[in-house]
Amino acid sequence: MKLVIINYGSGNLHSVHKAFEAVNNNLENPYEITVTNTPSEILNADKLVLPGVGAFQDCKNAIHKIDGLFESLEQVVIGEKKAFMGICVGMQLLAEKSLEFGECEGFGWIPGEVIKIEAPADFKIPHMGWNEVTFRNHELLNNISQNTDFYFVHSYYFRTQKNENCIATTKYPNPITAAVLKENIFGTQFHPEKSHNNGKQIIKNFLEWGPS
Amino acid sequence: MLKKRIIPCLDVDRGRVVKGVNFVDLIDAGDPVEQAKIYNSEGADELCFLDITASSDDRETLFEVVKKTAENCFIPLTVGGGVRTIDDISRLLHHGADKVSINTAAVENIDLVAKAAKKYGSSTIVIAVDAKKNGDKSWNIFTHGGRKPTDIDALEYCIEVANLGAGEILLTSMDRDGTKIGFDNELLSTVSSSIDIPVIASGGVGNLEHFVEGVLKGGASALLAASIFHFGEYSIKDVKTYLAEQNIAVRI
Repeated sequence: MKLVIINYGSGNLHSVHKAFEAVNNNLENPYEITVTNTPSEILNADKLVLPGVGAFQDCKNAIHKIDGLFESLEQVVIGEKKAFMGICVGMQLLAEKSLEFGECEGFGWIPGEVIKIEAPADFKIPHMGWNEVTFRNHELLNNISQNTDFYFVHSYYFRTQKNENCIATTKYPNPITAAVLKENIFGTQFHPEKSHNNGKQIIKNFLEWGPS
Repeated sequence: MLKKRIIPCLDVDRGRVVKGVNFVDLIDAGDPVEQAKIYNSEGADELCFLDITASSDDRETLFEVVKKTAENCFIPLTVGGGVRTIDDISRLLHHGADKVSINTAAVENIDLVAKAAKKYGSSTIVIAVDAKKNGDKSWNIFTHGGRKPTDIDALEYCIEVANLGAGEILLTSMDRDGTKIGFDNELLSTVSSSIDIPVIASGGVGNLEHFVEGVLKGGASALLAASIFHFGEYSIKDVKTYLAEQNIAVRI
């Protein structure tokens, strides 16, 4: 089985790669992990991970700058329904649009938009650090307790149009989407690769996940 | 609720951990990767490396240390010291740093802050500020590891870098660093109440109560300490347990 981590120059690529490797090495049937932006390799993937930090528009432009990258992603994720995980901006990109630095179109794979966190003045923005996550039961959150802390760093969040696509939230102090799910498409606002053992558990759950 | 972060800081010179008292009298306290692993397992919320290697020839050792740490510790790692260019930032991120802290180079070339934040995202860019009291509610910043005074006002500078896209401020009190008499909470609260981005308190922590004061009086989002952890006076767990007892939200 092949797991592809998409390389489009994202700042957290290395951390994501190392965390997935560490978890994968302990699996009974480890994946062959490839870090790549080559469409032919993406088309052969069984599972895909899209990291992302920085501004929405910059990430989107970086993806579209690579010939055939988005098209191959769309084919395997939307066409062939392969399991996909987006992290931070890699998750926000799934939205229809973002309002960060003006309006910018996203992949449109999950209905909703990415908007600025609205919080009282004594709440610092970016929302940075460890915050509690509550979630709907799902195998992607196996062996995680309600109110477990995960590591967040963001100023915008994905407001999903449908409640059913938001499977986890955190509070700052208003509810913020912490994870999204639509069929084979999973995404976390927090950084599992930086959330110590609970982050590794999320990665393990994704590696063991077989969306139907 | 968002937790207050406890961040152990390792001063690294040619690949070895050192910590100075008032930036001099360096004492060797071990291998950074081993120390990082201990902090990681003890429940540190983030790690910070400050590279104080003087010669650029010896800086390659830092990249190795960062790489090995990132392979072993799955919590955020901030690396600073000697970061002067976009290329320096890029190399540190490539080796596994999650955030890069910039000090002197940001003062000398303020455009670097905006450029770096634009390229790597605000959350990646920490601006380190070394401030020394200059009068009533007034502090000036120092550069070059605290050796070079400037006439730049610390508060105005922090507001400016926050506007340029810095993700957080690592605010060190030069007056308190190494003294163990507590953070400069007046400095912290003055800056913290004037900017939207998080402020990391640094310099002067000597006991558990100082951590509490950094949050309640200083308004800090995170608390950084070095020697208090290295020499085993208190563990990360001691600090977190004490903060929790004082009703401050921490990740246990």
